[in-house]
Amino acid sequence: MAEHAPAPVKPPFWNDPQVRAIAFQVIALVVTVAFGLYIFHNTQINLRRLGIASGFDFLSSPSGFDIIQTLIPYSPTSNYGQVFWVALLNTLLVSALGIVLATLLGFIVGIARLSKNWLVAKLALIYIETFRNIPLLLQIFFWYFAVLRAVPAPRQSLSLGDAVFLNIRGLYMPAPQFQPGFGWVLVALAIAIGLVWWLKRWAWQRQMATGQAFPILRTSLALLLGLPLVVFWLAGSPLHWQLPELRGFNFQGGWVVIPEMASLLLALSVYTATFIAEIVRSGIQAVSHGQTEASLSLGLNSSLTLRLVVLPQALRVIIPPLTNQYLNLTKNSSLAAAIGYPDLVAAFAGTTLNQTGQAIECIAITMAVYLTISLLISLGMNWYNRRVALVER
Amino acid sequence: MSESSIAHVPHPNLPPPSNSIGAIGWVRHNLLSSPLNIALTLLAIWLLYLIIPPILRWAIIDATWSGDNREACHPGGACWVFIQVHFGQFMYGFYPDGQRWRVDLTALLLIFGAAPLFMHAVSNRLKVRLGLGLLVIYPVIAFFLLKGGSFGLPVVETSQWGGLLLTLVIAGVGMTAALPLGILLALGRRSRLPAIQTLCVTFIEFWRGVPLITVLFMSSVMLPLFLPAGMNFDKLLRALIGVTLFQSAYMAEVVRGGLQAIPKGQVEAAAALGLGYWKTMGLIVLPQALKLVIPGIVNTFIALFKDTSLVLIIGLFDLMNMVHNATTNPDWLGFSTEGYVFAAAVYWLFCFNMSHFSQKLEKRLHTGHKR
Repeated sequence: MAEHAPAPVKPPFWNDPQVRAIAFQVIALVVTVAFGLYIFHNTQINLRRLGIASGFDFLSSPSGFDIIQTLIPYSPTSNYGQVFWVALLNTLLVSALGIVLATLLGFIVGIARLSKNWLVAKLALIYIETFRNIPLLLQIFFWYFAVLRAVPAPRQSLSLGDAVFLNIRGLYMPAPQFQPGFGWVLVALAIAIGLVWWLKRWAWQRQMATGQAFPILRTSLALLLGLPLVVFWLAGSPLHWQLPELRGFNFQGGWVVIPEMASLLLALSVYTATFIAEIVRSGIQAVSHGQTEASLSLGLNSSLTLRLVVLPQALRVIIPPLTNQYLNLTKNSSLAAAIGYPDLVAAFAGTTLNQTGQAIECIAITMAVYLTISLLISLGMNWYNRRVALVER
Repeated sequence: MSESSIAHVPHPNLPPPSNSIGAIGWVRHNLLSSPLNIALTLLAIWLLYLIIPPILRWAIIDATWSGDNREACHPGGACWVFIQVHFGQFMYGFYPDGQRWRVDLTALLLIFGAAPLFMHAVSNRLKVRLGLGLLVIYPVIAFFLLKGGSFGLPVVETSQWGGLLLTLVIAGVGMTAALPLGILLALGRRSRLPAIQTLCVTFIEFWRGVPLITVLFMSSVMLPLFLPAGMNFDKLLRALIGVTLFQSAYMAEVVRGGLQAIPKGQVEAAAALGLGYWKTMGLIVLPQALKLVIPGIVNTFIALFKDTSLVLIIGLFDLMNMVHNATTNPDWLGFSTEGYVFAAAVYWLFCFNMSHFSQKLEKRLHTGHKR
């Protein structure tokens, strides 16, 4: 007699993985929604109690305060909507400049860290270990309150060739003033860029066909610099420099970098450069030494080896964490609020919030801006990653 | 054979040229190997000459080390008297003078409790028990010691906590709360349940996308609006909630890196043995994953420690704010450099030691899973 295997006992429904999965998700969703509703309900009651009207109408009412640095026309009669744009542009300005400076400094230090020169490598290491381990806010305060407060008053300004002045009110630089003929110089520059692009294609095709290399770098530089310069001279030098002048108690004219911006920029780039330097170092070290040796044995010289073999592979490792640092720098620029640089957090989530009491709207807009920036950057990075990802057989 | 007389006896090797070994060789090889290298060395020496002597002169040679008021200080050098006078404030904030032994006791308990964790002689089992005790029992003891209100200790409000004490409290609470929360979030992000996954991803990406300062703003301005009328949170607690939520998102991403590195076979083997989800994760996956990402976790701790200085913006008096506050004291104007250098040194000591520790740990754990 064949024994019947006992019919499999159906587990009780609370042990059924599918039932469990659905139950867990339903519970999680219900709890989240209930929590959200609870907060929403409380907020409604609190807002009514405090007499705050929610909504974005406040954006069109006049602000009544001045901002020390504006990239677009602004006056105290402008509305809060314009405050937002001024503040956003200030954030973007300091982030963009910070990214450029931090990248330059970071690459220099990162390469110095790998130098065969013992002294240079150790100096780079000390720089990294010092500034990486001190909070950014402390560094901003140090530059702003300890260093830039110690520079002289306007009458005793430190000057560089009577054109650049540094005093407690800021750094004053000559501002270019473009005369009517300057447009031609820009046209010449555009033509030069077009020529270089065409030249590069032509040289590539020729090298593919005949094997002869063309000194592309030298020719391009000559074109890019020479053509606009010649046109500049032909058009009668249509550019004047407006020098800052001491009038009364302060300098007038020229470009000015306010101390808040200078200290923020300095601290941001010095701090972020330490992280970038480590990223650059690890990226270069990640390229195996065999690659360099193979390239040298193929007869490429050391600069070609660096440009064609090492750098493309190192950049693949460097770029993703580098973008992360750019994102961090942009978010860290919000520390401007601590020293009064009018960025998004200081001017909009700070002053505007205090004046209007529209806490939820101001914070929500500010957070939305930062979220958008980080989403855009990570989208860009994903696109780049797909492009440079190793194509494997 | 008698031909041994013409046996070939090699002449002993000559020693290497004297200028390629020893100190001279080292200098030639590392500093002067090529014209570019010589130029770099000169540049570095010039930089050192620009930086080191003025700093030494300011900080040590011309500095004033003792005294009790600002008149004692020489102009031109650092005035460490400033630090000496304010030292108590920098360490304890506004904690009442007579009660400061409680802070010291709390710190000593932590040091003696944690010391065995770093000793090789202590068995792993004991370490685990001690670590759990530190995580569960110690915070309760520390809270009652610092806050008071029972066992005859007078109450010290959290608004009186400050200085390094407050910095360490925020960092400590942030670390111990962010790690478990981060692990849960990471598990949620890797979950196969779409609703849970979406919730966790949204949570993580939201906190990672905004700067900490807006989070702190939110916790100080918006949190009171979210709560029912009459219910009010302590300012410190609000900051702690903000810092913890923010750091847990970063911690989650670190832990996720570890989870992804564990081969799928481990989970399948656990399933074949009949382990459920929590047992698989708790006994098989997490112990391996966490070990892999210890350096990342320590890095997050370092970032958290540095970020505690941001609570200055919502008006808490941590080390950073105490120093800043002291430099604006009308009796002691003009000593901001000394103050910030001192604060920087304290932060640096903590962060540098943590990163050093993580590097050592990384080397020790590099066995087994890497060839």
